[in-house]
Amino acid sequence: MAATDHALARPLNGQPGRLRGGLWLLLVALFSLPASAAVLPADRADVLYHSYEGGGVKIDGPAVLVRKSVTDDVSLSAQYYVDEISGASIDVQVLASEYAEERTQYDLGADYLLSKTIISLGYSNSSENDYEADTYSIGISQDFFGDLSTLSLSYAQGSDTVGKSTDPTFSEEKTTRSYQFGWTQVITKNLLMNFIYHVITDEGYLNNPYRAFRYLDNANDPSAGYTWLTEKYPETRTSHAAAVRGRYYLPYRAAFGFEYRRYNDTWNINAYNLDLSYTHPLGQHWILDLRYRFYSQSDADFYADLFPAENFQTYMGRDKELSEFTTHTFGVKVSYELDTGWSRNWLEKASVSLAWDLIQLDYDNFRDARRDDLTPGTEPLYEFDADVIRFFISAWF
Amino acid sequence: MRSYCVLLRCLGLRCSGLRCAPNRPLLLVSLLSGLLLTAGCSSIQPWVKPYERNNLADPIMSFSPDPVEAGYLHHVFQSREGARGAEGGGGGGCGCN
Amino acid sequence: MTLTNLKQLLATALLIPTLLLGNAALAKSEPLSGPAPDFALPLEGGKKLKLSQLKGNVVMINFWASWCAPCREEMPLIEDLFQNYKKLGFVVYGVNVDFNPADAKPLLKETGVSFPVGYDSKNRVSELYGVDSMPSTVMVDRKGNMRFLHRGYKPGYEDDYEQQIRKLIRE
Repeated sequence: MAATDHALARPLNGQPGRLRGGLWLLLVALFSLPASAAVLPADRADVLYHSYEGGGVKIDGPAVLVRKSVTDDVSLSAQYYVDEISGASIDVQVLASEYAEERTQYDLGADYLLSKTIISLGYSNSSENDYEADTYSIGISQDFFGDLSTLSLSYAQGSDTVGKSTDPTFSEEKTTRSYQFGWTQVITKNLLMNFIYHVITDEGYLNNPYRAFRYLDNANDPSAGYTWLTEKYPETRTSHAAAVRGRYYLPYRAAFGFEYRRYNDTWNINAYNLDLSYTHPLGQHWILDLRYRFYSQSDADFYADLFPAENFQTYMGRDKELSEFTTHTFGVKVSYELDTGWSRNWLEKASVSLAWDLIQLDYDNFRDARRDDLTPGTEPLYEFDADVIRFFISAWF
Repeated sequence: MRSYCVLLRCLGLRCSGLRCAPNRPLLLVSLLSGLLLTAGCSSIQPWVKPYERNNLADPIMSFSPDPVEAGYLHHVFQSREGARGAEGGGGGGCGCN
Repeated sequence: MTLTNLKQLLATALLIPTLLLGNAALAKSEPLSGPAPDFALPLEGGKKLKLSQLKGNVVMINFWASWCAPCREEMPLIEDLFQNYKKLGFVVYGVNVDFNPADAKPLLKETGVSFPVGYDSKNRVSELYGVDSMPSTVMVDRKGNMRFLHRGYKPGYEDDYEQQIRKLIRE
């Protein structure tokens, strides 16, 4: 097992006795506290059309969610989601690599309200002609301290099978484990805050089998050209992400939201993002949401746009997602709501929403390799804009 | 010890029968029981009362009013950016690429 | 301080809240005693209603808000109880805790609530009664004494309300 795995495993496995004791106390504390507001998520149905267009690719498709309580204390949910992929991204253009043309995802969930606690179970399956992923999750959340605080813990485990459409014999495995701790706190009558700490570990085949890195044929003479070779990734990755977010109610009925998230992983990617959002109801039926998000990351240890030689280091990758870059996102969402008011009617509330986000991606060390007229390493830095659109109808019943 | 007695007293229990000197395990127990008792003890009241949740209960205060849409957007960011995790409510369950 | 002492302390610290508070929180209703504190709130139209004016009736004080889903759920059921028992000396005094009374009015109209609803927009009455969950319902007997408290609402509570109303009417 690689060192990175031990780093994660230590707090869980290093001192089993002490942890078990602490956990037991925590559980006793959780189950014994009187609280009264633990509620199951509301019954609702959503039909959504989503579209992502940018960098030469269009990914769109439908999504449907139905959530319904079957008894007073059990709520079930099912979601169906499709990505249809068309066009050719910069990677496809440069490498003539192939894309799966469709991805289908099913999610099933059950939430069980036990006195003041909600226990959640989930299963998810994602399927492409060259990729298959199954994820199981379990979570527990508890309201306490007069319902001013909500604590949640969740664990998820996924196993993926990575294939390659050009090579039917190619099959690799990947296992993902996710541990999440969440704390939501009512600070004042108008301020709500949330803290999340999330650890994810991956083990197995973490490459994208279609992608390649490039290296100079002659380290001393870039004009001699370069060669593409399949990427070599580490077989483990552990990431830590912590986020603080808040929502503040403004006196004239509007809400201001913020988020700050920090991220780092064992590939040495360091990232943070800052989100600001503003929600403003217009009259009785309209709600306007505006948002701005800034994201910045450093590159992975084994990333380079152009390696000097074929065996320059053990791991080599040229995924633009591993490079150093920043993104700006500007978003607007408009919803029209019809509130029928009373729970005696079968339909309590319905809404129609349209949302549009513009994402600007600016790469700091990922170059546009389509420019084969230029000396390798002097191509312009890559950048592109993406439009993300959602149109959805929701019903609460 | 005193704080523990106060905590016991607000549960209607008497503390006089317990003779103890301050020590570390006791401190730990006090802290734990303090944590346990805060919810029920009348002397430590939650500062936002259930009837004062008018603004907090407003749907515009929800961290994730539309879980499907939020989950989709998280998925978009996850597939374009190196960072992952701690997305909050509505985060997709699938760790896939 | 012996180890046994420590164990006892631990047991007290952990089990007492579990047993006392945990179970209390689960109970549907709990008995109350003592006179119901008097209060006066403005009704629709501005006229004030004092609780003591209702003495001689069985009074169900219901604390509710338009933003509270279980409150909305039980509102028509409480109206039904009011209709069925008002001739026998039963009255409901609704205490609305919305910061803005205007938020409550469309909902009242929609369910056709006919019992008096007072607007406690400054939450003084909720404070007076130490309301610790939404909704909360206090049953007051003909003599003006508090008898039962209900925290929250779940389907089936209305049967409990009815039983208690019948019992108090007969006294």
